Parts: sequence; structure tokens; C-alpha cells
Amino acid sequence: MSLDTTQVRKIAHLARLRISAEEAQAYADSLSRILGLIEQMNAVDTSGVEPMAHPSESALRLRPDEVTEPNQREKFQAIAPAVEAGLYLVPKVIE
Amino acid sequence: MEWESVIGLEVHTQLLTKSKAFSGASTKYGAAPNTQACAVDIALPGVLPVFNKEAARMAVKFGLAIGAAINRRSVFARKNYFYPDLPKGYQISQYELPIVAKGRVTIDIDGQEKVVGITRAHLEEDAGKSLHEDFHGMSGIDLNRAGTPLLEIVSEPDLRSAKEAVAYLKKLHQLVVYLGICDGNMQEGSFRCDANVSVRRKGETKFGTRAEIKNVNSFRFVEKAIEYEIERQVELLEAGGKVVQETRLYDSDKNETRSMRGKEEAMDYRYFPDPDLPPLVIDEAFVRDVEKTMPELPDAKRARFIKDYGLSPYDASVLTASREMAQYYEETATASGQPKLAANWIASELSGYLNRENKDITQSPVTARMMTGLLKRIADNTISGKIAKDVLDAMWSGEGDADTVIAKQGLRQITDTGAIEKVVDEVIAKNPKQLEQYRAGKEALFGYFVGQVMKATGGKANPAQVNELLKKKLAG
Repeated sequence: MSLDTTQVRKIAHLARLRISAEEAQAYADSLSRILGLIEQMNAVDTSGVEPMAHPSESALRLRPDEVTEPNQREKFQAIAPAVEAGLYLVPKVIE
Repeated sequence: MEWESVIGLEVHTQLLTKSKAFSGASTKYGAAPNTQACAVDIALPGVLPVFNKEAARMAVKFGLAIGAAINRRSVFARKNYFYPDLPKGYQISQYELPIVAKGRVTIDIDGQEKVVGITRAHLEEDAGKSLHEDFHGMSGIDLNRAGTPLLEIVSEPDLRSAKEAVAYLKKLHQLVVYLGICDGNMQEGSFRCDANVSVRRKGETKFGTRAEIKNVNSFRFVEKAIEYEIERQVELLEAGGKVVQETRLYDSDKNETRSMRGKEEAMDYRYFPDPDLPPLVIDEAFVRDVEKTMPELPDAKRARFIKDYGLSPYDASVLTASREMAQYYEETATASGQPKLAANWIASELSGYLNRENKDITQSPVTARMMTGLLKRIADNTISGKIAKDVLDAMWSGEGDADTVIAKQGLRQITDTGAIEKVVDEVIAKNPKQLEQYRAGKEALFGYFVGQVMKATGGKANPAQVNELLKKKLAG
């Protein structure tokens, strides 16, 4: 299985990445090689092996339900590009 | 041509935790913008999420309540999307392995029970809010809500009408509020619903193409939006058209749904397991522990009220609508020893006052103790049912408990036969013409005499005694 540059462009668009024509070709080649490796792994019989969701064996650490974070808005907003009335301002998201 | 609609609901319930799903920021509603958005919530580089144990407990609680299997391992995934209301660029959600597996709830449709399947319920985080008023051509972002834990409850496509959909939604609402895992406030967005609606010809087994209606924030609007959407699809198909799979927004002012185009292309969320979060492991002890905190559920309570207190199914439903209402009723029924009387007075009279002033039972100025006092005076014949309504009205207006009102206003029922007889004699003496007509066979005048006696006693004469005495005296 391999990816062509059209598919690479689509993936890049979904991830909001801007890539040049050369980069698209380079990514198509390297991603195709990765898919080749996956194909190779897929060929192994894994029936009876429990799927692994995470490489570390550990279970999720849980914290008690307590409010531990104070209001630090002033500090955070001091490094934000644009703020007003306590809000973070961003380019308009709807028309 | 007969059509059948097929509806499935996705309900987002905000879990009632004090802090967020993955950070220690407060989840309290209504704070000043961004004062409850910490470094994790605003996605500063280098932060890591740590999951809230209480959110897991609440999800398990819900799973137990709908008879679902709890997945002993569930996995958090990243759902990629680019909106500034979640600045990480993804929402942490559960995809392939949700915490709650298949379950079911039972709804009541015109006295018929119907089982509605629940496909799954999974944990995820809520997004912030975008304010689109004019900030010099920019949008304002408030991230206080970002990271609030949600339980998304997905139903099977088992619902066949807008009415069934609303009955299911109300049932779910009652359940999560009973469980204490959600405050159920639809105005504040704590309980939100998306509806997947499709239609097909009756008898057809394949589903039609569905449209998804987003974020409808009241029971009434859910019903109207679904009704509108069913009608739109049927008209479209009958005219030879095709339903397009899309997201639609309900406009309550115009009562219509409108296409939200332009989002389709972005629908590829590219889920993958979140490398920051190992699997959520729920062991047997955890489940047992949650089990111990389970309250009596609404269906069980309703059945018990019917059985133990001899209530009608309707009264039992009204009186178990909320945990607080049920508690009020049980307190009153037990303390007064009058379960039926208590049901009547609470389910109709008191509920009438509550509805008129848009209050819930916890805000009632007439407490369970005061209601008990009133019922005792009805049961021991101190006051009639009619006078009791005046007493309730006075108690509602803050004039004190039943005994105080009865004493102050001199409402004690007259049960002294001698006293009533005296009034009856006077009334008869004052109305010779009516007496003559009555004796000549105009029996309808009996009511007139009763009315006169009641008027003369300010409504306080015991009605049964009045009837008996009048019958005897009028006969001559």
C-alpha cells in the first residue's frame, strides 16, 4: 500500500500543515514506507494477543476531585497576542 | 405512503465534579471569563493531563444505573479539530474503548413500556465558548468551560417519533439528576442533546440517510426540531429528492432546521490513542465501591410507591419526578399516616402552586412538616377539604403553619350538631317560598339550602352533617 501526493495534501490540510510540492512528494515516499512496515506487521498472526493501547504497562493515574489551580489570568494574558474584557481574541472563526 | 422515522440521540451531560477532567481548575458556572482556565486548559506547552477520579466514578455510576457492563480498560483518544474553543487542537475523548458499554432504559409511551437501547457512554472534555460579537473583527474566547468533564450518552436508533425521543431524553435527565452526576440545567448547557434523524418507508429494514441536529437546549425544542426535520425529509423524498447526510442547526425563532454547510470536509477527526494518557483501569473494588453509593432509582421508587402507598401510576410518577419531591412525599405520607391524602394534596394542589410560580419542591414555602400538619387537620375533621385549600393558600403566603392559620382565621370546622341545627332552622325559616317549592317536588333546591347553610357558617359547617340535618328538616 502506498500514498500519493493527493492523499498527502489532504492529510496535511486536515492537520493544517502547509507543504510545498517537493515536500508532498517526499512525505508520500516516506509515509508509504511506514505503511509498508505496518503491512509487514499486519501479516503476523496476533490472534489471542490482547491489543495494546499504550506502550507503557501502567494504568492511568487518577487525581482526587479538588480545585488546586488558582486564577492566574493576568499572567496568562500578559503573554497572549490579543485580549479584551478577559477574553482571548483570535481571528474570527465564523463568517 | 406511510413513513417511519428513526431517531437516535447523543446526549452530553456535564459531570458535577468540582474540578475539571484533566486539571485542577474549578468548573463552577458563571465565573468571569478565563478565571477558571489554567495552564492545562489553555494548552500551554509542556503541560500534562491528569484524570479526575470522581469523573470516572460518576461514569461508572451511570453505567450501573442502565444495567451496562463497565469496561475494565477504557482508552482516551485525541479527536483532532481546529477551533480556538479547545486550544490544544484536539479534544480528549474516548473512541474505540468507552468506559460504559451497552445498556438500556425503559420509557413510558401512553402507558406502554418501551425499552430504548444505549449503545455506549464515554468520557470526554467540554470545549470553551466563542463569543462572536464584534471585537474589532475578531472572536473572543472564554476557556472557563474548556476541560469540564462530559459523559456522552449515545442511544441506539430505537426511537420512532419526536414524542419517544423526548420521553427518552426526560428519562435520561431524571436519571442523571437522581444519580447526582449532573445538575441537569439545560439553560446553562449542563445537559445538551444532538439528534440523528432519518425516515424510511414503513416495513423497510434499512435505515434512510440521516441528518444530525445539533445542540437543542430544551425538551420542547427537541420535540419541535425533530418534528420539523421528519416533515422536511418526508417532503423531500416524496418530491423525488434525496436526504443529504449533514449537520443541521435548529432555529427556535423560525422553528426550522438549517444546513450547517462547510463543516463536512473537516469531519475527519483522525482519532488516535492519546499518548499522554495510559488506559483507564476500573477494577472490581472500584465498581463495588461505586455500587455502595447508588441511590434508589426512579423506576424502583415509583414501583415501591405504587405498592407500599397504594398510589396510582400517575401520582407515583409525579411524586418520584425528582429525589427531593419523593423525599417530601415520603416524609409527609409517613408523618401524617395519610399516604393517599398526601399524594392528592402534593401531586395536585401543591404542584399547582409550584408550577404557577415556577418553583421546585425545595423552594416550597410549605415544608413537609407544614403539609403534614394540614393533612392531620383534614383527617381529624378539624377542617373540611374546601377550607383546607384556603389554609394551604395562607401557608403558601407565609402566614404560618396549619394550626396557626386555623386558629387565627377561626376556620375550625363546626361539628357540633346543635350549632349546625340552629343554623339549618334559621335558613329554613328565612326561605319559606323555597321550602314550599322543595316540598312540592323541586328537589334541585336542596343544593340551594346547603349553599345557604355554608354561607351562614362561613363554609365551616361539616358538609356531611349539614346534608343529613337538611334532609331530615326539609322533609318536615
